Amino acid sequence: MLRSIRDGDKLLVGLDGELDHFCAQSIRRELDSQLADPTIRQLILDFSGLTFMDSSGIGVILGRYRILRERGGGVSVIHMNDHIARIFHMSGMGKVIRQLDRKQEAVR
Amino acid sequence: MMRNNEMQTTFLSVAENEAFARVVIAAFAMQLSPTVCEIADIKTAVSEAVTNAIVHGYEGTRGMVTLRASIHDHALLSIEISDQGKGIANIQQAMEPFFTTRPEQERSGMGFAVMQTFMDELSVESAPGKGTLIRMKKRIRSRDMLENATHIL
Ligand SMILES: Nc1ncnc2c1ncn2[C@@H]1O[C@H](COP(=O)(O)OP(=O)(O)O)[C@@H](O)[C@H]1O
Ligand SMILES: [Mg+2]
Repeated sequence: MLRSIRDGDKLLVGLDGELDHFCAQSIRRELDSQLADPTIRQLILDFSGLTFMDSSGIGVILGRYRILRERGGGVSVIHMNDHIARIFHMSGMGKVIRQLDRKQEAVR
Repeated sequence: MMRNNEMQTTFLSVAENEAFARVVIAAFAMQLSPTVCEIADIKTAVSEAVTNAIVHGYEGTRGMVTLRASIHDHALLSIEISDQGKGIANIQQAMEPFFTTRPEQERSGMGFAVMQTFMDELSVESAPGKGTLIRMKKRIRSRDMLENATHIL
């Protein structure tokens, strides 16, 4: 189960452990069941508990971005470690996925 | 070049083994006293190649994936990941950033770009029906050496 907090049209979800192709399958399923609520327009992913991510994570984040963009919303991430940030920027995701520095910013 | 150590492990092409392969390569590389950053680079590159063997090579069917690694001159880590799966028809195109044959599975096409960025050398040997062999090399700037250097300086 993913930890999540709802605030209006925002959903904050904490990802824990590793985000590889294997883990992506269940993370995607859980995120999409929460995003089935059409009133959610902003997804904020908290990476503070994420210890590993490879390019499979890019697919998961961009896939959710596509769902929310349809609703006029978007995806942001907070607490990315340096290694994950390298993969994040390599893929050009920084152009469409907002990177927030603090949790306060995310829930504002 | 002197070969100091060598390992090989072969496992079934199931997604659970992506994490297994990362743990194995990290444990083998530890004898080079890598930095946290170097270990993360190596684990990520291996994760990409093993995932590709499982997802693209065997396309979800069962086959065996082999991970080999060796250490030379107490500093150079060589890694090979191979499968006997589908193979790649156009290697140059496959290696281009964002190119993927499986967009419907939310693959990003960034696997080879990640391997190239995080390792010092990458080469791909593949042919349709013959499987794929990925070779990667990384020079490890040993933590002990760095610590000694700062001590001397
Ligand atoms: N082991 C492999 N066997 C067969 N095809 C492969 C293999 N590795 C990579 N490919 C091909 O190369 C393409 C690009 O790989 P990659 O850069 O890792 O992106 P992705 O995995 O996201 O598709 C894949 O979509 C696939 O067509
Ligand atoms: Mg890949």
